[in-house]
Amino acid sequence: MIELHNVSKTFTLHNQGSTEIGVLSDVSLSVAAGECVALVGASGAGKSTLMRMIYGNYLTQAGSIRIGDTEIVGAEPRAVIALRREVLGYVSQFLRVVPRVPTVDVVAEPLRAVGVDADTAKARAEALLSDLNIPESLWSLSPTTFSGGEQQRVNIARGFVHEYPAMLLDEPTASLDAANRDVVLRLIENAKARGAAMIGIFHDEAARARVCDRVVDVSVFTPEQAA
Amino acid sequence: MTPLLSARDVTKRYGAHIGCAAVSFDLYPGEVLGIVGESGSGKSTLLNCLAGHLAPDGGEVVFDTRAEGPRDTLQMSEPERRMLGRTDWAFVHQHARDGLRMGVSAGGNVGERLMAVGARHYGDIRGKATDWLERVEIDATRVDDRPTTFSGGMQQRLQIARNLVTGPRLVFMDEPTGGLDVSVQARLLDLLRGLVRDMGLSAIIVTHDLAVVRLLADRLMVMKDGHVVETGLTDQVLDDPQHAYSQLLVSSVLQV
Repeated sequence: MIELHNVSKTFTLHNQGSTEIGVLSDVSLSVAAGECVALVGASGAGKSTLMRMIYGNYLTQAGSIRIGDTEIVGAEPRAVIALRREVLGYVSQFLRVVPRVPTVDVVAEPLRAVGVDADTAKARAEALLSDLNIPESLWSLSPTTFSGGEQQRVNIARGFVHEYPAMLLDEPTASLDAANRDVVLRLIENAKARGAAMIGIFHDEAARARVCDRVVDVSVFTPEQAA
Repeated sequence: MTPLLSARDVTKRYGAHIGCAAVSFDLYPGEVLGIVGESGSGKSTLLNCLAGHLAPDGGEVVFDTRAEGPRDTLQMSEPERRMLGRTDWAFVHQHARDGLRMGVSAGGNVGERLMAVGARHYGDIRGKATDWLERVEIDATRVDDRPTTFSGGMQQRLQIARNLVTGPRLVFMDEPTGGLDVSVQARLLDLLRGLVRDMGLSAIIVTHDLAVVRLLADRLMVMKDGHVVETGLTDQVLDDPQHAYSQLLVSSVLQV
Protein backbone atom coordinates (compact mmCIF):
# COMPACT_ATOMS: atom_id res chain seq x y z
CA MET A 1 0.00 0.00 0.00
CA ILE A 2 2.82 2.38 0.92
CA GLU A 3 6.03 1.89 -1.11
CA LEU A 4 9.21 3.95 -0.74
CA HIS A 5 12.18 3.44 -3.05
CA ASN A 6 15.57 5.11 -2.55
CA VAL A 7 14.08 8.24 -1.09
CA SER A 8 16.44 11.07 -0.08
CA LYS A 9 15.97 14.42 1.58
CA THR A 10 18.30 17.39 1.96
CA PHE A 11 17.36 20.76 3.42
CA THR A 12 19.08 23.78 1.88
CA LEU A 13 19.02 26.87 4.08
CA HIS A 14 19.53 29.67 1.57
CA ASN A 15 19.49 32.42 4.15
CA GLN A 16 21.98 30.78 6.47
CA GLY A 17 24.98 30.57 4.16
CA SER A 18 23.28 28.02 1.88
CA THR A 19 23.94 25.33 4.47
CA GLU A 20 22.97 21.90 3.23
CA ILE A 21 21.67 19.44 5.78
CA GLY A 22 21.35 15.86 4.60
CA VAL A 23 18.63 14.19 6.64
CA LEU A 24 17.80 10.96 4.90
CA SER A 25 19.30 9.02 2.05
CA ASP A 26 18.24 5.90 0.22
CA VAL A 27 15.21 5.05 2.30
CA SER A 28 13.32 2.02 1.01
CA LEU A 29 10.30 0.80 2.89
CA SER A 30 7.18 -1.11 2.11
CA VAL A 31 4.02 -1.34 4.18
CA ALA A 32 1.27 -3.78 3.24
CA ALA A 33 -2.44 -3.38 3.88
CA GLY A 34 -3.33 -4.28 7.46
CA GLU A 35 0.23 -3.77 8.64
CA CYS A 36 1.55 -1.20 11.12
CA VAL A 37 5.22 -0.21 10.95
CA ALA A 38 6.89 1.78 13.72
CA LEU A 39 9.62 4.29 12.94
CA VAL A 40 12.25 4.51 15.64
CA GLY A 41 15.49 6.41 16.07
CA ALA A 42 16.87 9.18 18.22
CA SER A 43 15.40 12.66 18.17
CA GLY A 44 16.50 14.36 14.94
CA ALA A 45 17.05 11.08 13.09
CA GLY A 46 14.36 12.07 10.59
CA LYS A 47 11.29 10.10 11.67
CA SER A 48 8.91 13.03 11.38
CA THR A 49 10.65 14.25 8.24
CA LEU A 50 10.04 10.88 6.59
CA MET A 51 6.37 10.94 7.61
CA ARG A 52 5.98 14.45 6.24
CA MET A 53 7.62 13.42 2.97
CA ILE A 54 5.15 10.57 2.62
CA TYR A 55 2.32 13.01 3.30
CA GLY A 56 3.66 15.38 0.61
CA ASN A 57 4.22 18.06 3.21
CA TYR A 58 7.99 18.03 2.64
CA LEU A 59 9.34 17.93 -0.87
CA THR A 60 11.27 14.79 -1.78
CA GLN A 61 14.32 15.39 -3.98
CA ALA A 62 15.03 11.87 -5.13
CA GLY A 63 13.39 8.47 -5.20
CA SER A 64 9.81 7.35 -5.36
CA ILE A 65 6.96 7.29 -2.86
CA ARG A 66 3.83 5.47 -3.94
CA ILE A 67 0.61 5.33 -1.94
CA GLY A 68 -1.76 2.93 -3.72
CA ASP A 69 -1.69 4.13 -7.32
CA THR A 70 -0.41 7.62 -6.63
CA GLU A 71 3.21 8.72 -6.95
CA ILE A 72 3.87 11.51 -4.44
CA VAL A 73 7.27 12.65 -5.71
CA GLY A 74 6.67 15.36 -8.28
CA ALA A 75 2.88 15.06 -8.03
CA GLU A 76 0.59 17.96 -8.91
CA PRO A 77 -0.81 19.70 -5.81
CA ARG A 78 -4.33 18.64 -6.71
CA ALA A 79 -3.27 14.98 -6.94
CA VAL A 80 -1.82 15.21 -3.42
CA ILE A 81 -4.96 16.94 -2.17
CA ALA A 82 -7.16 14.22 -3.65
CA LEU A 83 -4.94 11.55 -2.12
CA ARG A 84 -5.16 13.17 1.31
CA ARG A 85 -8.91 13.50 1.02
CA GLU A 86 -9.60 9.91 0.03
CA VAL A 87 -6.67 7.67 0.83
CA LEU A 88 -4.04 9.00 3.17
CA GLY A 89 -4.78 10.16 6.72
CA TYR A 90 -2.32 11.88 9.02
CA VAL A 91 -2.61 12.31 12.77
CA SER A 92 -0.11 14.97 13.73
CA GLN A 93 0.86 16.12 17.19
CA PHE A 94 -0.69 19.51 16.66
CA LEU A 95 -4.24 20.50 16.00
CA ARG A 96 -4.55 23.25 13.42
CA VAL A 97 -8.07 24.55 12.90
CA VAL A 98 -9.99 27.61 11.85
CA PRO A 99 -10.80 29.47 15.06
CA ARG A 100 -14.46 29.48 16.10
CA VAL A 101 -15.40 26.21 14.39
CA PRO A 102 -17.17 23.80 16.79
CA THR A 103 -15.29 20.62 17.71
CA VAL A 104 -17.92 18.34 16.23
CA ASP A 105 -17.59 20.09 12.85
CA VAL A 106 -13.78 19.93 13.05
CA VAL A 107 -14.03 16.17 13.50
CA ALA A 108 -16.75 15.70 10.87
CA GLU A 109 -14.92 17.74 8.21
CA PRO A 110 -12.91 14.88 6.62
CA LEU A 111 -16.16 12.97 6.09
CA ARG A 112 -17.91 16.01 4.63
CA ALA A 113 -14.96 16.40 2.25
CA VAL A 114 -15.50 12.92 0.80
CA GLY A 115 -19.17 13.66 0.27
CA VAL A 116 -20.83 12.11 3.33
CA ASP A 117 -24.03 13.99 4.20
CA ALA A 118 -24.00 16.38 7.15
CA ASP A 119 -26.13 14.29 9.53
CA THR A 120 -24.23 11.02 9.04
CA ALA A 121 -20.89 12.83 9.35
CA LYS A 122 -22.03 14.52 12.55
CA ALA A 123 -23.28 11.26 14.05
CA ARG A 124 -19.97 9.53 13.31
CA ALA A 125 -18.01 12.45 14.75
CA GLU A 126 -20.10 12.41 17.92
CA ALA A 127 -19.65 8.67 18.36
CA LEU A 128 -15.86 9.03 18.10
CA LEU A 129 -15.74 12.02 20.44
CA SER A 130 -17.69 10.09 23.02
CA ASP A 131 -15.41 7.02 22.60
CA LEU A 132 -12.48 9.32 23.24
CA ASN A 133 -14.11 10.67 26.40
CA ILE A 134 -14.54 14.27 25.25
CA PRO A 135 -17.46 15.56 27.37
CA GLU A 136 -20.54 16.32 25.31
CA SER A 137 -20.66 19.84 26.73
CA LEU A 138 -17.49 20.63 24.76
CA TRP A 139 -18.65 19.40 21.35
CA SER A 140 -20.19 22.70 20.32
CA LEU A 141 -17.11 24.70 21.36
CA SER A 142 -14.00 25.41 19.34
CA PRO A 143 -11.09 23.11 20.34
CA THR A 144 -8.65 26.05 20.36
CA THR A 145 -9.32 26.59 24.06
CA PHE A 146 -9.07 22.91 25.05
CA SER A 147 -6.29 21.36 27.12
CA GLY A 148 -3.38 19.66 25.36
CA GLY A 149 -4.72 16.17 25.92
CA GLU A 150 -8.20 17.12 24.73
CA GLN A 151 -6.81 18.73 21.59
CA GLN A 152 -4.80 15.61 20.94
CA ARG A 153 -7.93 13.47 21.22
CA VAL A 154 -9.90 15.80 18.94
CA ASN A 155 -7.04 15.46 16.47
CA ILE A 156 -7.22 11.68 16.71
CA ALA A 157 -10.99 11.68 16.25
CA ARG A 158 -10.53 13.83 13.15
CA GLY A 159 -7.86 11.46 11.85
CA PHE A 160 -9.93 8.31 12.33
CA VAL A 161 -13.40 9.54 11.35
CA HIS A 162 -12.87 8.65 7.71
CA GLU A 163 -11.63 5.10 7.07
CA TYR A 164 -8.45 5.91 5.19
CA PRO A 165 -6.71 2.94 3.50
CA ALA A 166 -3.34 4.38 4.58
CA MET A 167 -2.49 6.32 7.72
CA LEU A 168 0.44 8.13 9.28
CA LEU A 169 0.48 8.50 13.06
CA ASP A 170 2.87 10.94 14.72
CA GLU A 171 2.89 10.02 18.43
CA PRO A 172 -0.83 9.40 18.69
CA THR A 173 -0.63 8.33 22.36
CA ALA A 174 1.58 11.13 23.67
CA SER A 175 0.00 13.22 26.45
CA LEU A 176 -2.89 10.80 26.97
CA ASP A 177 -3.92 9.08 30.20
CA ALA A 178 -4.10 5.28 30.38
CA ALA A 179 -7.81 4.96 29.59
CA ASN A 180 -7.64 7.20 26.53
CA ARG A 181 -4.42 5.62 25.39
CA ASP A 182 -6.23 2.31 25.36
CA VAL A 183 -9.07 3.79 23.26
CA VAL A 184 -6.56 5.12 20.73
CA LEU A 185 -4.72 1.81 20.52
CA ARG A 186 -8.04 0.06 19.92
CA LEU A 187 -8.80 2.53 17.11
CA ILE A 188 -5.46 1.64 15.56
CA GLU A 189 -6.13 -2.09 15.93
CA ASN A 190 -9.56 -1.69 14.33
CA ALA A 191 -8.06 0.26 11.45
CA LYS A 192 -5.50 -2.49 10.92
CA ALA A 193 -8.24 -5.11 11.03
CA ARG A 194 -10.14 -3.36 8.22
CA GLY A 195 -6.91 -3.37 6.17
CA ALA A 196 -5.34 0.04 6.68
CA ALA A 197 -1.60 0.32 6.07
CA MET A 198 -0.06 2.38 8.85
CA ILE A 199 3.24 4.02 9.72
CA GLY A 200 3.63 5.39 13.21
CA ILE A 201 6.02 7.07 15.58
CA PHE A 202 5.53 5.86 19.15
CA HIS A 203 7.78 6.88 22.01
CA ASP A 204 5.56 4.79 24.25
CA GLU A 205 7.23 1.35 23.97
CA ALA A 206 4.33 -0.66 25.34
CA ALA A 207 1.99 0.94 22.81
CA ARG A 208 4.47 0.25 20.03
CA ALA A 209 4.76 -3.39 21.04
CA ARG A 210 0.99 -3.77 21.14
CA VAL A 211 0.05 -2.38 17.71
CA CYS A 212 3.16 -2.52 15.53
CA ASP A 213 4.13 -5.54 13.45
CA ARG A 214 7.60 -4.29 12.55
CA VAL A 215 10.10 -1.69 13.63
CA VAL A 216 12.24 0.34 11.21
CA ASP A 217 15.21 2.24 12.59
CA VAL A 218 15.43 5.52 10.69
CA SER A 219 18.96 6.33 11.89
CA VAL A 220 20.43 3.80 9.43
CA PHE A 221 19.29 6.13 6.65
CA THR A 222 21.12 9.12 8.07
CA PRO A 223 23.86 10.15 5.63
CA GLU A 224 27.54 10.14 6.73
CA GLN A 225 27.12 9.82 10.51
CA ALA A 226 25.67 6.34 9.97
CA ALA A 227 27.87 3.76 11.67
CA MET B 1 -10.53 17.91 -16.49
CA THR B 2 -10.52 21.35 -18.14
CA PRO B 3 -8.97 24.09 -16.03
CA LEU B 4 -11.47 26.76 -15.04
CA LEU B 5 -8.85 29.43 -15.63
CA SER B 6 -5.51 29.18 -17.42
CA ALA B 7 -3.04 32.00 -17.35
CA ARG B 8 -0.27 31.87 -19.96
CA ASP B 9 2.70 34.25 -19.78
CA VAL B 10 0.69 37.09 -18.31
CA THR B 11 2.98 40.13 -18.34
CA LYS B 12 2.38 43.71 -17.25
CA ARG B 13 4.94 46.51 -17.32
CA TYR B 14 4.66 49.98 -15.90
CA GLY B 15 7.09 51.72 -18.25
CA ALA B 16 10.49 50.22 -17.50
CA HIS B 17 9.23 48.73 -14.26
CA ILE B 18 7.94 45.16 -14.22
CA GLY B 19 4.49 44.63 -12.71
CA CYS B 20 4.36 40.89 -13.25
CA ALA B 21 6.42 38.83 -15.65
CA ALA B 22 5.37 35.77 -17.65
CA VAL B 23 3.06 34.25 -15.05
CA SER B 24 1.47 30.95 -16.04
CA PHE B 25 -0.77 28.61 -14.05
CA ASP B 26 -3.91 26.48 -14.27
CA LEU B 27 -6.74 26.74 -11.77
CA TYR B 28 -9.13 23.80 -11.59
CA PRO B 29 -12.77 23.88 -10.46
CA GLY B 30 -13.08 23.91 -6.68
CA GLU B 31 -9.46 24.89 -6.18
CA VAL B 32 -8.28 27.83 -4.09
CA LEU B 33 -5.01 29.43 -5.16
CA GLY B 34 -3.17 31.75 -2.79
CA ILE B 35 -0.74 34.37 -4.10
CA VAL B 36 1.69 35.66 -1.48
CA GLY B 37 4.60 38.05 -1.52
CA GLU B 38 5.62 41.34 0.03
CA SER B 39 4.18 44.72 -0.98
CA GLY B 40 5.24 45.58 -4.50
CA SER B 41 5.86 41.97 -5.53
CA GLY B 42 3.23 42.26 -8.26
CA LYS B 43 0.52 40.12 -6.73
CA SER B 44 -2.26 42.71 -6.97
CA THR B 45 -1.15 43.66 -10.48
CA LEU B 46 -1.44 40.02 -11.47
CA LEU B 47 -4.87 39.68 -9.86
CA ASN B 48 -6.13 42.78 -11.66
CA CYS B 49 -4.79 41.50 -14.98
CA LEU B 50 -6.52 38.17 -14.45
CA ALA B 51 -9.81 39.79 -13.47
CA GLY B 52 -9.77 42.12 -16.47
CA HIS B 53 -9.31 45.32 -14.45
CA LEU B 54 -5.92 45.96 -16.01
CA ALA B 55 -4.91 45.20 -19.59
CA PRO B 56 -1.75 43.05 -19.57
CA ASP B 57 0.97 43.75 -22.13
CA GLY B 58 1.09 40.13 -23.13
CA GLY B 59 -0.22 36.66 -22.45
CA GLU B 60 -3.53 34.86 -22.32
CA VAL B 61 -6.16 34.42 -19.64
CA VAL B 62 -8.36 31.55 -20.77
CA PHE B 63 -11.61 31.02 -18.86
CA ASP B 64 -13.87 28.00 -19.29
CA THR B 65 -17.14 29.79 -20.03
CA ARG B 66 -20.47 28.04 -19.46
CA ALA B 67 -21.78 28.67 -22.96
CA GLU B 68 -18.76 28.45 -25.26
CA GLY B 69 -16.06 26.54 -23.37
CA PRO B 70 -12.53 27.91 -22.94
CA ARG B 71 -12.07 31.46 -24.25
CA ASP B 72 -9.32 34.02 -23.91
CA THR B 73 -10.91 36.77 -21.84
CA LEU B 74 -8.35 39.30 -23.05
CA GLN B 75 -9.69 38.90 -26.61
CA MET B 76 -13.31 39.29 -25.52
CA SER B 77 -15.22 42.47 -26.22
CA GLU B 78 -15.72 44.81 -23.29
CA PRO B 79 -19.47 44.01 -22.91
CA GLU B 80 -18.71 40.28 -22.89
CA ARG B 81 -16.07 40.72 -20.23
CA ARG B 82 -18.35 42.91 -18.14
CA MET B 83 -21.07 40.27 -18.38
CA LEU B 84 -18.58 37.70 -17.12
CA GLY B 85 -17.74 40.05 -14.25
CA ARG B 86 -21.40 40.12 -13.25
CA THR B 87 -22.15 36.42 -13.59
CA ASP B 88 -19.37 33.83 -13.32
CA TRP B 89 -16.77 36.08 -11.74
CA ALA B 90 -16.71 38.01 -8.53
CA PHE B 91 -14.14 40.39 -7.12
CA VAL B 92 -13.76 41.05 -3.41
CA HIS B 93 -11.76 44.23 -2.82
CA GLN B 94 -9.52 44.83 0.15
CA HIS B 95 -11.48 47.94 1.05
CA ALA B 96 -15.17 47.12 1.17
CA ARG B 97 -15.89 50.71 0.09
CA ASP B 98 -14.38 49.95 -3.33
CA GLY B 99 -16.76 47.08 -3.87
CA LEU B 100 -19.94 48.52 -2.34
CA ARG B 101 -22.20 51.40 -3.18
CA MET B 102 -22.14 53.33 0.03
CA GLY B 103 -25.24 55.42 -0.69
CA VAL B 104 -27.50 52.41 -1.23
CA SER B 105 -29.02 50.15 1.44
CA ALA B 106 -27.42 46.79 2.28
CA GLY B 107 -30.30 44.97 0.60
CA GLY B 108 -29.93 47.24 -2.42
CA ASN B 109 -26.24 46.43 -2.66
CA VAL B 110 -26.96 42.73 -2.86
CA GLY B 111 -30.06 43.15 -5.03
CA GLU B 112 -28.28 45.33 -7.56
CA ARG B 113 -26.13 42.46 -8.77
CA LEU B 114 -29.22 40.30 -9.15
CA MET B 115 -30.93 43.01 -11.20
CA ALA B 116 -27.82 43.31 -13.35
CA VAL B 117 -28.36 39.75 -14.47
CA GLY B 118 -32.04 40.21 -15.13
CA ALA B 119 -33.93 39.68 -11.85
CA ARG B 120 -36.99 41.93 -11.76
CA HIS B 121 -39.37 40.62 -9.10
CA TYR B 122 -38.96 42.91 -6.07
CA GLY B 123 -40.12 40.31 -3.54
CA ASP B 124 -37.72 37.68 -4.88
CA ILE B 125 -34.81 40.08 -4.93
CA ARG B 126 -35.47 41.27 -1.39
CA GLY B 127 -35.96 37.70 -0.19
CA LYS B 128 -32.70 36.57 -1.74
CA ALA B 129 -30.85 39.62 -0.43
CA THR B 130 -32.12 38.98 3.10
CA ASP B 131 -31.18 35.33 2.83
CA TRP B 132 -27.65 36.26 1.82
CA LEU B 133 -27.28 38.83 4.58
CA GLU B 134 -28.08 36.05 7.03
CA ARG B 135 -25.62 33.69 5.36
CA VAL B 136 -22.85 36.22 5.95
CA GLU B 137 -24.13 36.74 9.49
CA ILE B 138 -25.60 40.20 9.10
CA ASP B 139 -28.86 40.60 11.00
CA ALA B 140 -31.81 40.71 8.59
CA THR B 141 -33.19 43.78 10.37
CA ARG B 142 -30.26 45.75 8.90
CA VAL B 143 -31.39 45.13 5.32
CA ASP B 144 -32.55 48.73 4.82
CA ASP B 145 -29.53 50.34 6.48
CA ARG B 146 -26.74 51.84 4.47
CA PRO B 147 -23.28 50.28 4.63
CA THR B 148 -21.96 53.57 6.05
CA THR B 149 -23.63 52.55 9.33
CA PHE B 150 -21.84 49.15 9.30
CA SER B 151 -18.56 48.24 10.96
CA GLY B 152 -15.54 47.36 8.78
CA GLY B 153 -16.05 43.63 9.26
CA MET B 154 -19.75 43.88 8.41
CA GLN B 155 -18.98 45.91 5.29
CA GLN B 156 -16.55 43.22 4.20
CA ARG B 157 -19.16 40.51 4.75
CA LEU B 158 -21.73 42.59 2.86
CA GLN B 159 -19.29 42.87 -0.02
CA ILE B 160 -18.95 39.10 -0.03
CA ALA B 161 -22.74 38.65 -0.04
CA ARG B 162 -23.06 41.10 -2.93
CA ASN B 163 -20.43 39.17 -4.87
CA LEU B 164 -21.69 35.67 -4.25
CA VAL B 165 -25.44 36.21 -4.65
CA THR B 166 -25.30 35.52 -8.39
CA GLY B 167 -23.56 32.16 -7.84
CA PRO B 168 -20.18 32.91 -9.46
CA ARG B 169 -17.75 30.11 -10.24
CA LEU B 170 -14.58 32.10 -9.70
CA VAL B 171 -13.89 34.65 -6.99
CA PHE B 172 -10.92 37.01 -7.01
CA MET B 173 -10.00 38.29 -3.57
CA ASP B 174 -7.53 41.05 -2.86
CA GLU B 175 -6.47 40.94 0.81
CA PRO B 176 -9.99 39.98 1.94
CA THR B 177 -9.03 40.05 5.62
CA GLY B 178 -6.65 43.03 5.45
CA GLY B 179 -7.38 45.78 7.92
CA LEU B 180 -9.74 43.68 10.03
CA ASP B 181 -8.98 42.82 13.62
CA VAL B 182 -8.18 39.19 14.34
CA SER B 183 -11.51 38.11 15.82
CA VAL B 184 -13.34 39.49 12.78
CA GLN B 185 -10.74 37.88 10.51
CA ALA B 186 -11.34 34.47 12.06
CA ARG B 187 -15.08 34.82 11.52
CA LEU B 188 -14.58 35.86 7.90
CA LEU B 189 -12.16 32.99 7.24
CA ASP B 190 -14.62 30.49 8.67
CA LEU B 191 -17.34 31.97 6.48
CA LEU B 192 -15.20 31.93 3.33
CA ARG B 193 -14.12 28.35 3.90
CA GLY B 194 -17.72 27.22 4.32
CA LEU B 195 -18.82 29.08 1.19
CA VAL B 196 -15.95 27.71 -0.88
CA ARG B 197 -16.79 24.15 0.17
CA ASP B 198 -20.59 24.39 -0.06
CA MET B 199 -20.71 26.25 -3.39
CA GLY B 200 -17.72 24.47 -4.95
CA LEU B 201 -16.14 27.84 -5.72
CA SER B 202 -12.73 28.37 -7.18
CA ALA B 203 -10.88 31.32 -5.78
CA ILE B 204 -7.68 33.28 -6.23
CA ILE B 205 -6.66 35.02 -3.03
CA VAL B 206 -3.95 37.64 -2.87
CA THR B 207 -2.64 38.29 0.62
CA HIS B 208 0.53 38.86 2.56
CA ASP B 209 -0.87 36.96 5.52
CA LEU B 210 0.54 33.43 5.48
CA ALA B 211 -1.85 32.22 8.19
CA VAL B 212 -4.77 33.15 5.95
CA VAL B 213 -3.49 31.15 2.99
CA ARG B 214 -2.68 28.16 5.17
CA LEU B 215 -6.32 27.96 6.17
CA LEU B 216 -7.90 28.85 2.84
CA ALA B 217 -5.64 27.95 -0.06
CA ASP B 218 -4.98 24.51 -1.56
CA ARG B 219 -2.08 25.80 -3.56
CA LEU B 220 0.35 28.65 -3.24
CA MET B 221 2.28 30.92 -5.56
CA VAL B 222 5.10 33.00 -4.07
CA MET B 223 5.94 36.21 -5.95
CA LYS B 224 8.92 38.50 -5.76
CA ASP B 225 9.67 41.50 -7.97
CA GLY B 226 6.98 40.47 -10.45
CA HIS B 227 8.22 36.91 -10.85
CA VAL B 228 6.77 33.71 -9.48
CA VAL B 229 9.64 32.20 -7.50
CA GLU B 230 7.90 29.12 -6.11
CA THR B 231 4.63 27.25 -6.48
CA GLY B 232 3.27 24.17 -4.78
CA LEU B 233 0.92 22.67 -2.29
CA THR B 234 0.21 25.27 0.42
CA ASP B 235 1.54 23.36 3.40
CA GLN B 236 4.55 22.13 1.43
CA VAL B 237 5.56 25.67 0.44
CA LEU B 238 5.03 26.93 4.00
CA ASP B 239 6.68 24.01 5.82
CA ASP B 240 9.45 23.16 3.36
CA PRO B 241 10.06 26.25 1.20
CA GLN B 242 12.68 25.70 -1.50
CA HIS B 243 13.48 29.17 -2.81
CA ALA B 244 15.59 31.58 -0.79
CA TYR B 245 12.89 34.24 -0.82
CA SER B 246 10.13 31.85 0.31
CA GLN B 247 12.37 30.68 3.13
CA LEU B 248 12.90 34.27 4.18
CA LEU B 249 9.18 35.01 3.97
CA VAL B 250 8.18 31.99 6.04
CA SER B 251 10.89 32.50 8.65
CA SER B 252 9.96 36.17 9.05
CA VAL B 253 6.52 35.46 10.49
CA LEU B 254 6.24 36.37 14.14
CA GLN B 255 5.14 33.50 16.34
CA VAL B 256 2.15 34.24 18.54
